[in-house]
Amino acid sequence: MPVKVMIPTPLRAYAGKQESVQLQAATVGEALSELTGQFAELRKHLFSDDGRLRSFVNVYVNDEDIRYLQRDKTPVREGDVVSIVPSIAGGA
Amino acid sequence: MATKIGIPIAPQTNKPGVSLSKQEVLRYSRHLIMPEVGMEGQLKLKRAKVLCIGTGGLGAPLGLYLAAAGVGRLGLVDFDVVDFTNLQRQVLFGTTDVGRPKIEAAADHLRNLNPEIQIDAYETRLTSENALDLFKDYDIIVDGTDNFPTRYLVNDACVLLGKPNVYGSIFRFEGQITIFGAPGGPCYRCLYPEPPPPGLVPSCAEGGVLGVLPGIVGTIQAAETLKLIIGKGDALIGRLLLFDALGMKFRELKLRKNPECPVCGDHPTVTKLIDYAEFCGIRGEEAPAAPTSVPEMTPRELKARLDRGDDLYILDVREPHEYEICNIGGHLMPLGELSRRVHELDSSREIVAHCRSGKRSADAAEFLRKAGFRKIWNLKGGILAWSDEVDPSVPKY
Repeated sequence: MPVKVMIPTPLRAYAGKQESVQLQAATVGEALSELTGQFAELRKHLFSDDGRLRSFVNVYVNDEDIRYLQRDKTPVREGDVVSIVPSIAGGA
Repeated sequence: MATKIGIPIAPQTNKPGVSLSKQEVLRYSRHLIMPEVGMEGQLKLKRAKVLCIGTGGLGAPLGLYLAAAGVGRLGLVDFDVVDFTNLQRQVLFGTTDVGRPKIEAAADHLRNLNPEIQIDAYETRLTSENALDLFKDYDIIVDGTDNFPTRYLVNDACVLLGKPNVYGSIFRFEGQITIFGAPGGPCYRCLYPEPPPPGLVPSCAEGGVLGVLPGIVGTIQAAETLKLIIGKGDALIGRLLLFDALGMKFRELKLRKNPECPVCGDHPTVTKLIDYAEFCGIRGEEAPAAPTSVPEMTPRELKARLDRGDDLYILDVREPHEYEICNIGGHLMPLGELSRRVHELDSSREIVAHCRSGKRSADAAEFLRKAGFRKIWNLKGGILAWSDEVDPSVPKY
């Protein structure tokens, strides 16, 4: 399915400076592996060494957190927006 | 420097009352004529006690709007001193405040804005030792801090005390806003159980920030704080608001309370405040310099060797827009491009890598050393140190 993955500002440097990437995927896991296949440098920012999604990075399908869906097995449909939302701490 | 913890700098005059003076009725008239606030809401504001952590980018609009709105007791916590780089966005401060403690300049400004309210100024760094004592007298805590350890500290202290935490954070031109710690609502650790390792996410000082962004995000935090006090509207609880100033878009994501959350879940494992620097992988007060086996060259040594005519290849690993601000004639190859452009470098020549402060170039030099480069140096302190020690005409940023 064609889906759009939104790349947050802190990670755009590792994704060809794009704010979103269009991909073909049937699940969130496929979308993220397709994404890190295209942009290898993103991998260490999204996944820990054991391949798990890092705990300061959340992934949403539309407005729902995949931790409360089926995590990386969460299916995506045409037109869905997958958002990567890492924690940011700036304020000064 | 630090005031005794828990004791405001100013004497606690003007105790919260239950009615408005004639002067206050005039001052708050645009609130009073609105049914959503009215006399009832304005008196709630007058009785409210709000503590703002940080008086910087987010703290400035927060302080200004909460004071102007008539929040009866406004606490401010900061330990920093105003510097020139703050003025691009920290609108509580003017040029003549540079060098003053932020807390002092902020309190002066806000007392002038609204002498009817009580400003408690705490010139101290928020720590695990003082947080609970500082928070306990306030109804709402507003997080305008700028680093992960303090964010987790504010969160945990709010959860332990059962106080709402009006949260906002910013990066470059993006912001995140929500209310944590409301009864039955999620907390920061429900959203992000752990912080990123040091160095992986740049701070505003490293990554930059659009000056108006903290203005927008801090103003949204102020709006949510006022709504919590007057009890009107839909509070931003269980919803994470994302703001992108570049695309001028707001988006909203669902935020759920995690039953397994270590601090607010069903079986909490964090039942008192911990060492947040350690939790965030930071030893000591500042992030440690990356361990490196690459030798360092000071700016003075580099200048001496260049003057001698030595064949040195100066590698500038900053970004092109930084090169435009200032440069020392190095060959530009941003750190992020190094791995795929490494073949452009000649490993037989001596290479001196530099960046702004010496951190990125240490990573670059370490990468090159691992890639087989043997004659590689890191310029100690970067172009900032070059400006200090060799050529003061190079602007610092």
